[in-house]
Amino acid sequence: MVKRPEELYQERLKRVEDAIALQVPDRVPIVVGWGFFPARYAGITYEEYMYDPEKIMTAAIKVHEDFEPDLAENPFGLRFLGPILDVLDFKQLRWPGRGVKPNMPYQFVEDEYMKPEEYDHFIKDPTDWIIRKYLPRICGALEPLSKIAPMKYIYNYGRLNALAPFGTEEVQQALEALKKAGEAALRSATYASKYNQEMRKRGFPLSNGGTTQAPFDTLGDYFRGTRGIMLDMYRRPEKLLKALDVLTPWMIEMGVAAGKRSGNPRIFIPLHKGSDNFMNEEQFKTFYWPTLRELIVGLVAEGMNPVVFVEADHTSRLEIMRDVPPGKVVYQLENTDIFKAKEILGDRICLRGNVPISLLCLGTPEEVKNYCRKLIDVVGKKGGFIMDSSVNVEDAKIENIRAMFDFTKEYGVYT
Amino acid sequence: MFEKLVEFIANLQEEEAIMTAKQLLDGGTDPITILELCKEATDLVGKRFERGEYFIPDLLMSGEILRQISELVKSNLEKDVETTYIGKVVIGTVEGDLHDIGKNIVTFLMEANGFQVFDLGIDVPPQKFIDKIKEVKPDIVGMSALLTVAFEAMKATVDAIKEAGLREQVKIIIGGAPTNEEVAKYVGADAYAKDAQQGVRLAKEWI
Repeated sequence: MVKRPEELYQERLKRVEDAIALQVPDRVPIVVGWGFFPARYAGITYEEYMYDPEKIMTAAIKVHEDFEPDLAENPFGLRFLGPILDVLDFKQLRWPGRGVKPNMPYQFVEDEYMKPEEYDHFIKDPTDWIIRKYLPRICGALEPLSKIAPMKYIYNYGRLNALAPFGTEEVQQALEALKKAGEAALRSATYASKYNQEMRKRGFPLSNGGTTQAPFDTLGDYFRGTRGIMLDMYRRPEKLLKALDVLTPWMIEMGVAAGKRSGNPRIFIPLHKGSDNFMNEEQFKTFYWPTLRELIVGLVAEGMNPVVFVEADHTSRLEIMRDVPPGKVVYQLENTDIFKAKEILGDRICLRGNVPISLLCLGTPEEVKNYCRKLIDVVGKKGGFIMDSSVNVEDAKIENIRAMFDFTKEYGVYT
Repeated sequence: MFEKLVEFIANLQEEEAIMTAKQLLDGGTDPITILELCKEATDLVGKRFERGEYFIPDLLMSGEILRQISELVKSNLEKDVETTYIGKVVIGTVEGDLHDIGKNIVTFLMEANGFQVFDLGIDVPPQKFIDKIKEVKPDIVGMSALLTVAFEAMKATVDAIKEAGLREQVKIIIGGAPTNEEVAKYVGADAYAKDAQQGVRLAKEWI
């Protein structure tokens, strides 16, 4: 008997929610990050997958209909970026057709976008720093915003002359760019919401209700740069810690707001700079973990389920990372030893992962099945496990993805 | 004082290290001697990294201290110093990939172990590897990647090196988060190194 989409929706959602709550679901749920895979699968370029919303819609729906994961990924927020990036003359990315080839994924351009002497400004008034220092650096079109006065100056009739820079042609051009970027963002949001409805009609709950980041990663990725933040641990540890304290409530607020707006509690948190080789344990315990833990606990307190994408290898951190509320959090593992993680974290944290991407790109369906079998037998034992690849599958062989899905659905049934 | 300088650098005590270097220079110490002490400190840092006592931030910090001291020294130096190397390495992040942290760590550790390293940077097309191989005749070519697009780019680079008739002259090693032995086999490299330490060990065995 064919199930109605609504039944499928409830069944899939329950399967995932059971796994997160460390219960035993009817079978191992399977979810993957698609990256640009849907574009390749539909025979369009990555560039089209960043610029053409109708093609994005068709390609993303097709992938979900053909593979039927338990959660659907909404591609609009992270892929339909082309028109916004163009309008802003965005400097922090190189994307398909703009700096990388039309079939290459977009990539981040690292730099020290926050100077070391700007810590005090950032700590005292992060919004003002973002408007007048940061956005002018990362968006060519917003460069003139560096000329405006801090908005906090403009609070009574005697201060209205501080608006003068808004009368200049260059600032007005920046405002025009903001207006156009806003229109492009609104269009993307409209498509995103239409996509969610389309997926609901087809019986798919959505994977993530929002995204936020560990405070150390936000500061290191976007503001100070890897080199900058690593040197700060030696040169200005006090300021670094203060900045992290400024970021923590802000990162919680973003996650909670997105989760409430979308009605989806699963909040994605990709980890970047605290892995085994990226700092020693003392530094991890001092600079990285406390504010990440605060973020996770803060999200859980507001009814969210943090889905922490533990990138690279964090095997040596597992004991420390155990200290989060049980039955609420997902750790999605890339190269961390997932079998060891099951031993250390299995009674507290739902594990997700980690079919190696090299296997999915270069291996055979048989090898993929063997790895999945081991995952299901060991990590999937007594629930608390979601099948996934180690990172997004954009370059994986289609037959290997097929094998991963078919095998998990067949072999992953709990009896 | 000489021992102190080595110690300050290796222990990442930035201010003390730079002050000591200044005092030595002011006191008439031969700039070449200071560079030798820097080399000694680099060896120590490299060894601590290899032993798992130091991590990436420590390498960056020591690099930062060494950079400042060698700038001080160079302003006092009359002619360039001749250095002897145990081998040559051409290294780069392959085409389509812009990530360089891993590659930079390997470069640091190779240099600390006495290799002369020619770093081609990021997003390096096959032709650029070939041109450099022809120019400097390295013993080893290192290819780095963080993204899975790099599998094909690495393969294309090795194929291009073959077509240029240079494959027999070099050992090729790959590394980076998504790579492993299987990837090395697929792209036609001689070896995969799971970390910088292993890369250096392999390189030393080869020369």
